[in-house]
Amino acid sequence: MQDHGDACRLTGLGRTYGRGASAHHALGGIDLAIRANEFFTLLGPSGCGKTTLLRLIAGFDQPTVGEIAIFGRNVAGMPPEDRPVNTVFQHYALFPHLTVAENVGFALRMLGRPRTEIAATVARMVELVGLEGMEKRRPDQLSGGQKQRVALARALAPGPKILLLDEPLSALDAKLRQRMRSELKALQRETGITFVFVTHDQDEALAMSDRIAVMQGGKVQQLGRPEEIYEAPANRFVADFIGGANLIPARMGPEGAVAEGLGTIPATGTGGAEVTLAIRPERLAILPAGGHQPGDLGPLTVAERIYMGNELSFRLEGAAVPLHVTLPRGGLRGALDFAPGDRVALRPEAGAIRLLAS
Amino acid sequence: MKLHRLLLAPSLGTILIFMALPIALTTLYSVLTPAQHGGVIWQPSGEAYVRLMFERDIFDDTLSFNADYLQILGRSALQAGFATILCLLIGLPTAWFIATRPPAQKSLWLMLVTVPYWVNLLVRTIALLLMLRDEGPINGALQSMGLTDGPLPLAYNNFAIGLGLVSSFLPFMILPLYAAIERFDFSLLEAAYDLHASRWQAVWSVILPILRPGLIAGGLLVFIPGIGSYLAPDILGGGKTLMLGNLIGMQFQGSRNWPFGAALSTVLMSVTLIALILVARRAAREAA
Repeated sequence: MQDHGDACRLTGLGRTYGRGASAHHALGGIDLAIRANEFFTLLGPSGCGKTTLLRLIAGFDQPTVGEIAIFGRNVAGMPPEDRPVNTVFQHYALFPHLTVAENVGFALRMLGRPRTEIAATVARMVELVGLEGMEKRRPDQLSGGQKQRVALARALAPGPKILLLDEPLSALDAKLRQRMRSELKALQRETGITFVFVTHDQDEALAMSDRIAVMQGGKVQQLGRPEEIYEAPANRFVADFIGGANLIPARMGPEGAVAEGLGTIPATGTGGAEVTLAIRPERLAILPAGGHQPGDLGPLTVAERIYMGNELSFRLEGAAVPLHVTLPRGGLRGALDFAPGDRVALRPEAGAIRLLAS
Repeated sequence: MKLHRLLLAPSLGTILIFMALPIALTTLYSVLTPAQHGGVIWQPSGEAYVRLMFERDIFDDTLSFNADYLQILGRSALQAGFATILCLLIGLPTAWFIATRPPAQKSLWLMLVTVPYWVNLLVRTIALLLMLRDEGPINGALQSMGLTDGPLPLAYNNFAIGLGLVSSFLPFMILPLYAAIERFDFSLLEAAYDLHASRWQAVWSVILPILRPGLIAGGLLVFIPGIGSYLAPDILGGGKTLMLGNLIGMQFQGSRNWPFGAALSTVLMSVTLIALILVARRAAREAA
């Protein structure tokens, strides 16, 4: 990967708060190359360092160690106002004393651009986010979704090379969040600007991103396309955080991994080693116990049946940990149903079981 | 009547008896005829208001324009305005400092702001005079260090009055500004920098406009008592420069012209009220 193709290159980036024994390492040794024109997501639970990372790129905070290069240029010590980067803030941070148009034109006014240019850009941005007719309103006269659009238009107006988005959808209701996802993705494609999107919501990350960096404990746990992250989680944390896989402790035997109450899962590895099996709840078929075939797991007991409209989920007991199985409703598989107390077996899809080092 | 309305009765009663009635009485007195040794004769007269701008010849009753009293009003407004600006320049950084302290420290700093109020205003004003006198510690220190040959004229002038006004009313500026800054959303400042604003641009385009209600409140709280202030001009000014407050005081003491004093008070009150209404209407228009 050469420097020029990267919108943002982070090298050995670390941020430590405090000193000595009470020091808190918010970020430790981050190496990342965010490509130009990519929708890049930093995904992780709160406190994982994703927002700290975003603030370092924006220039609101300075790294303790390491370097940030934006389009090949080291931005160490460069204040936020000089960086070719703009931010969509989590709670929008719209200027309450300014109208929609004045908010959107703010950056261009600060840069001293001519009035005619500002007016033209503001009109273009307002149209881009679909807020025509709202130009004269003030933020307190807007709905959450409209504020969101103003924040987007305001950040895009100065023509940033990178747009940073700090959990921009978290303050919206579920329905609007769905719609804004598609709109954000479309906006990114349309503008061709590199988006760096911070979220703790895995659905958001999977639906929009070109690539995702899953973060935890100030480190990148896995970097990859949504499919890679979901289908081939690199470790327990990623498997659990994304999609909530069943994580089953097992021990390597001569014929494969042996898991309590489930049987032997064909796999190769060092004999006697402790491993974790990761299986997605939707990649298991559930069958009545008895018609047992080789490769089936179990038998197990249904402990709980959870009806969720579009899917049906079971909690099963009998293994070392409770297992979750999810069946989509409708179709042939939807015809199967079980009640608590039923004895069942599980049949994993081919390649569904991933072996993770404990 | 609902019970909770009774909760307001003591304060409403107090306002009625000790504020509304005296104001009404003052306004009424301003259109009566002065009695010989203070007090009024219950006979309607507009003479007090005529006197504000005109002088009546004692022999032939002709009126000639007299700007003396208008000048006093103008001087008082200027002095109060000057004190307001000074309070703003001192109060804004102070309020900013307090509002950005950790919560546990804020109350300590706020308490320190109110410490001057533990001492009576008269005592504080006299103490300030003692500091500023020719023989006071400031002039003493300046001379002993050889910085000045003789005493600087610090007391008994407009400078001393201004200093008195600032020291009396500064907390009235700090407290509303503190309240405004306390509510200020600091992510707006980050947003301003993010959107390419320099430090000064952020101050002018974001901080000051958003703090404006606090600035206006603080300004009014300093300007209104400042324009009618009595003690500072009387003690620190040595009574040499007449201010509105002293002029009004004189009408009820020395020269014993109650209606004229009442008329001056009514004018001062009306000017203040009009200013307040204008500010409130502008604020309401901007909120709409």
